[in-house]
Amino acid sequence: MSPLWIAILLVAAVSFTIKAAGPALLGNRPLPVRAAAVIALIAPALLAGIVVTDFAGPSWTEADWTVAAGLSAAAITYLFRAPVLVCVAAAVAATALLRAFV
Amino acid sequence: MATTESGYAAGLRVGLGLGVPTFVMAVTFGAMTHSLGWGILAPVACSLLVFSGSAQFAMATAFAGGGGVGLAVGAAAMINARFLPMGIAVAGDLKGGRLRRALEGQAVVDASWAAAHKGNGRYDREKMFSATLVQLPAWVLGTLLGALTAPSDEIIHRFGLDVVFPAFFLVLLIDEIRVSARARLVAGLAAALAAGLVLVVPVGLAIIGSGAAALLGLRTAKAVTAK
Repeated sequence: MSPLWIAILLVAAVSFTIKAAGPALLGNRPLPVRAAAVIALIAPALLAGIVVTDFAGPSWTEADWTVAAGLSAAAITYLFRAPVLVCVAAAVAATALLRAFV
Repeated sequence: MATTESGYAAGLRVGLGLGVPTFVMAVTFGAMTHSLGWGILAPVACSLLVFSGSAQFAMATAFAGGGGVGLAVGAAAMINARFLPMGIAVAGDLKGGRLRRALEGQAVVDASWAAAHKGNGRYDREKMFSATLVQLPAWVLGTLLGALTAPSDEIIHRFGLDVVFPAFFLVLLIDEIRVSARARLVAGLAAALAAGLVLVVPVGLAIIGSGAAALLGLRTAKAVTAK
């Protein structure tokens, strides 16, 4: 087997294990209040981290003002209660137009 | 996502919405790996078996950078380590014994997991399942299309398609922080942590590091119940 296929199978196995660990080990035991409070905040924390790293890239090498403008368009349209897909389309349109004309 | 809609049908709707950006990302992955000499079968198998965009991109990047199997697997594992806290968060809302829960936990992918969040750490299991099931074919078929047609980075850049994923996650984030001041505080801290960490550590580690902001919940758990 080539190194590429070995890597693919290993990454698949590692991903499976990571995703299985929490549910298999914790089961449905009720969590202490403090742990539950932390867990409730994991979603906003990780989402903020994903958005920032997606935008910045490794060592901020991929930061791009046209992407920032597109993200602003998505946020503004969403705050005006547009459907999610419309917001994403607004972001794509804003970024593409700025790249084409500015 | 703090919506009132729940269950399989709601997940299907979310999944169809997610299908578009997922498909676009997958095309990018297929194109990138094809240009790295992976051929057609390996990218598609990778998408089917791993089913995690960020981990697959990390793995491909590590390989392209001359890293061996160890580095590629290590990079993907670091990126995917975020599924550990995500899995812990949903654990209480899954069903069955250990094995069944371990299998149900495989439905955790970023967007489905975030969309299934009902608030206060509770998750809509059915919504997460159907949202994930819709994304899988979009991910695999997109990879196949990318590997077959190999569109250039330049095309993706020109049409602004690289903004699709962050825009999607931003909208999910807005849903989370709309409902509570504490979530806004945590998200702000997490963003600052990620912005700083990404300067010194790989992206995957920076995301995990930003998750540490959730520990603010320890301090404010007893005091804050209102907005």
